[in-house]
Amino acid sequence: MRIFEYMGKELFNRFGLPVPKGKVVSCADEAALAAAEIGPVVIKAQILSGKRGKSGGIRFANTPAEAKSIALELLGANIRGYLVEKLLVEEKLAVDQEFYLAVTIDEGAKSPVIIASNQGGIDIEEVPENRILKVHTDVELGMYPFIARNIVRRLGLDLGSQHGKELVKAILATYQVFQEKDAVLVEINPLVFSGEKVFAADAKVIIDPDARFRQKDIPYVEGQTETEKLAQDLGISYVELKGDIAVMANGAGIAMSTLDILLHYGGTPANFLDVVGGTDTETIARALEILLAKKPKVIFINIFGGSTRCDDVARAYAKVKKKGSGIQVPVVIRLVGTNQDEGWRILQECGIKAYTDMEEAAAKAVELAVHAPAGSSS
Amino acid sequence: MHQQVVLAKGMVLMAIIVNQNTKVIVQGITGKQGSFHTRQMLAYGTKVVAGVAPGKGGITYEGVPVYDTVQAVLENHQVDATVIFIQAAIAKDAVMEALEAGIGIVVVITEHIPIHDELEFISYARRKGAILIGPNTFGIISSGKCQIGIPPNQFFIPGPVGLVSRSGTLAYEIAKKLAAAGFGQSTAVGMGGDCVKGLTFVEILKLFEADPETRAVVLIGEIGGDAEEEASVYIKEMTKSVVAYIAGKSAPPEKQMGHAGAIIRGGRGTYQGKVKALSKAGALVAEMPSEVPEIISKLLA
Repeated sequence: MRIFEYMGKELFNRFGLPVPKGKVVSCADEAALAAAEIGPVVIKAQILSGKRGKSGGIRFANTPAEAKSIALELLGANIRGYLVEKLLVEEKLAVDQEFYLAVTIDEGAKSPVIIASNQGGIDIEEVPENRILKVHTDVELGMYPFIARNIVRRLGLDLGSQHGKELVKAILATYQVFQEKDAVLVEINPLVFSGEKVFAADAKVIIDPDARFRQKDIPYVEGQTETEKLAQDLGISYVELKGDIAVMANGAGIAMSTLDILLHYGGTPANFLDVVGGTDTETIARALEILLAKKPKVIFINIFGGSTRCDDVARAYAKVKKKGSGIQVPVVIRLVGTNQDEGWRILQECGIKAYTDMEEAAAKAVELAVHAPAGSSS
Repeated sequence: MHQQVVLAKGMVLMAIIVNQNTKVIVQGITGKQGSFHTRQMLAYGTKVVAGVAPGKGGITYEGVPVYDTVQAVLENHQVDATVIFIQAAIAKDAVMEALEAGIGIVVVITEHIPIHDELEFISYARRKGAILIGPNTFGIISSGKCQIGIPPNQFFIPGPVGLVSRSGTLAYEIAKKLAAAGFGQSTAVGMGGDCVKGLTFVEILKLFEADPETRAVVLIGEIGGDAEEEASVYIKEMTKSVVAYIAGKSAPPEKQMGHAGAIIRGGRGTYQGKVKALSKAGALVAEMPSEVPEIISKLLA
């Protein structure tokens, strides 16, 4: 879960990593007030996307009037597909030197990695490999000042200098945010020297969504559609796509494979939906209702029961069918695995025959979608 | 390391990691998932010798004696492997308990474990020389011998194909198709769907390469991460054929499709990149799941 820059900077501040003086505003008058208090400012659109500078989301203002007119322009604007609702109005720093600093997880090495470069301020992908320092840490050993001192030394700084000492502290604080806030990425680009001091001029922080239960102070940041949120509350995984065949599967791998196969046969999936293992009848029924609400031409349910049980899936179908307006679109169900016989029996009572082969079922779903009467899709 | 674990017990290398002699305990045996799958494991013939449920020690559940702690189990039983059915927020405690007690094979079924917790227990497992399978895995099944985890029993029959997968349900899907074509599996291993994993493709492929029962290997991958690219480096050296299927060909970039591991980042981990790496290494890449048994039957005919 990515959080906004200003939230990241609040975290940095709490962990002792200096950030430029600033204010978060949501109207133009507040922006003018902030500029009057701070002086020359940089105004940054708070959106969950990079490359803001290149898309006009980062602007400079010398006076409150200028700040106001920029804020008027930015608030409510759409930048890189995101609606701008908040701005960060920040002290414009005199920048002497820019660094890149990040802590993330190296999946292959199965350990955290600190990434640093003295070529900050540009996309790290554009920095030559030999100018990027990567230092893996041992999770059992943890973080120590000596590790930060070695990084600073290898970046070519004097450890006895004020800058050297400040940078050691900044690296330790960044690592602490990563460790204590269950982050999967803490990226500062640039980390700047301004006079004697070091500041995090930007903050890109991604928190592990699986650790939200113990990171309750971090506000929930939405980057999803309404349906995706609804699905998340149910504990299922849902991604909206553009086609007309609604898909439900269990397991991310088989769900992705289901989309691949539909496309192979010339169909277009309306979504990715993974009901995740061990789901009960009620949850599957609600997932089915989510799909129905999107008014697809066909619903394709592809279940290979492991911890998801076929009888639970069949009961969910029966339940939704009996309720309210029932199910008005054709449904193709492929159902095999745990408690398969019971699942098939329940479906038979509903007058529907389950498929055993997923390719055959997918082909049928595509055929039905192609021949669906016009106007049955939204 | 892993071969030594198996050989030290004087077993023949038939199937990998677990076999008919493997003694298993279930941590979280009294929970909904734990109890259901204990029944399934017993039905498959797995030697489940005990369960762990703190506060419930002394009872018998599903015909299996239950203890309060792993240490209490070890005072009364010989144990080779454990399977973890403990909710994500407290799973680390259970995994560490098993590792600290010296259990050599730890299968972590639980999904949604915080990644920082996973890093810690994977690191500790490495230090203890234990095999950690998962997290977020369906487990491991040596067909006809031993099933540890949650795979549906009926599709896993003994045979010459080794199977390793990042996804559970896709592994079942392909195991079923293989079985229907007359090809059983020596062992099927779920590598797990999270970003970080205990056992990796390469380690599992090495074991299959050395296993006399395995004649060919099916590798089921998906977009995101670089596990398949890493596996390709080893596949080049293998004498046994590898058939691969990769899910996520149609996934839009930057969208996360369920598995934490399945994110495409900065051009790495794309479908095309993986297929290219695997093909170059000599693996045969199936376009559709149904092609896997077709390729296998040509190879093993």
